[in-house]
Amino acid sequence: MSDKKYMVQEFVAVDAGKILETVKDIKDDGYRLVQICATKKDGYIEMLYSFDKDHILKNLKINVPENEEIESISDIYWAAFVYENEMHDLFGVKFRHLVLDFGGNFFKVSEPTPWNPKDKKERK
Amino acid sequence: MGKRTIIPFGPQHPVLPEPIHLDLVIEDERVVEAIPSIGYIHRGLEKLVEKKEYTEMVYVIERICGICSFGHGWGYCAAVEGAMDIKVPERAEYLRTIWHELGRMHSHLLWLGLLADGFGFESLFMHCWRIRETVLDIFEETTGGRVIFSVCKVGGLRKDVDAETLKKMSTQLNGIKKELQELTDVFMEDRSVKNRLCGIGILSKKEAEELCAAGPVARASGVVQDIRMAGHGKYLELGFEPIIETKGDCYARCKVRLREVFQAIDIIDKAIKEIPDGDIIVPFKGNIEGEFITRMEQPRGEAVYYVKGQGSKFLERIRVRTPTNANVPAMVKTLQGCDLADVPMLVLTIDPCISCTER
Repeated sequence: MSDKKYMVQEFVAVDAGKILETVKDIKDDGYRLVQICATKKDGYIEMLYSFDKDHILKNLKINVPENEEIESISDIYWAAFVYENEMHDLFGVKFRHLVLDFGGNFFKVSEPTPWNPKDKKERK
Repeated sequence: MGKRTIIPFGPQHPVLPEPIHLDLVIEDERVVEAIPSIGYIHRGLEKLVEKKEYTEMVYVIERICGICSFGHGWGYCAAVEGAMDIKVPERAEYLRTIWHELGRMHSHLLWLGLLADGFGFESLFMHCWRIRETVLDIFEETTGGRVIFSVCKVGGLRKDVDAETLKKMSTQLNGIKKELQELTDVFMEDRSVKNRLCGIGILSKKEAEELCAAGPVARASGVVQDIRMAGHGKYLELGFEPIIETKGDCYARCKVRLREVFQAIDIIDKAIKEIPDGDIIVPFKGNIEGEFITRMEQPRGEAVYYVKGQGSKFLERIRVRTPTNANVPAMVKTLQGCDLADVPMLVLTIDPCISCTER
């Protein structure tokens, strides 16, 4: 493999229902959770989970329809609570079984879910 | 079992240059639980991607942090260059490596000063910041800025540095080595400093791995994790090896950063000797179609830059995950069971950067 490990780009699409078993396998393989990111799309949120092993990233992509819940991975990677609370507070992504749930108070934003305006209108 | 009380720590606190709030659940002067909350300085910088062209976003990304701003600019440019398959000239890669290591020295010296101030050693704090001035002067001479540099751009650099200035930089940095050694002796040998740092806030290697810690926090616990080994810049060519300590306490975290300051001088010295002549920028055309994710080893640890475009000059998404994001879980865990009096040291040795975290 080239020395430029950062050039390796692995994006794998995963079904939202299989997130827990996939992440469990990844953890058993010795990967570290690097980040979770949300992108607002038309009618759904695209979630990107990144894991690292030996300086190479593996990225899982999951599409979550608006107003649907997704399983939290914080029971597998406790550190995920930081990212999941952030996604909840900024995008309104709802997580089931989040081990440390701040209930929308992790980010002190003046409006709920500022990066997902549609969700905001619905709440109003 | 003693009576439980909750003590609020922050958002304004003498050891916190930036606002983070912790609810400390206390039982007989011992912390049972720490509950963090952030968001006091959330600026939504990532959202500006909808209004700024991807080439202009460098200025925004650099302003995520006033300390590691060069690294943020480089990280974002590297992500765009990766997405567009732009090959940056060799000289630009060397100069980026030099400036990034200067940023590490600047950040670590700032942190060492804050740590000294945190445990009440004010003269040590002033000496750290006095030495840091030399680094800021070098930044000013080579980039024109002391906080925000604006030299990194997609495809290379905006400014070159001539051979004479590079030679002067090397002389200046080697000149402060003796003073740095004196500082190191105080941090590592002084009894009062050791009393405040040794055996405090221990994070074992297993815990650091389990909690996905990053940067000096992870390396002080024996985790060999440094994104400079992934091939960015010229680190591999310069024979870079990460600095590892194993005790995992506040003292080890301080030692890693002190050693990294010396290592940064050696890296810069070597880069100055090996830097080739040539261009510093490469022309490119087009917009980003697709996505790219890259990482940069900032002074505080691994930062992640994700860019996604659909062929227009405005990107669809930029995501920056900063090292403090990754170190919040480690901070929360190490706070559990510590003495209330050690909380400031523990929080400081994570080197939290809240501006970065909230973006």
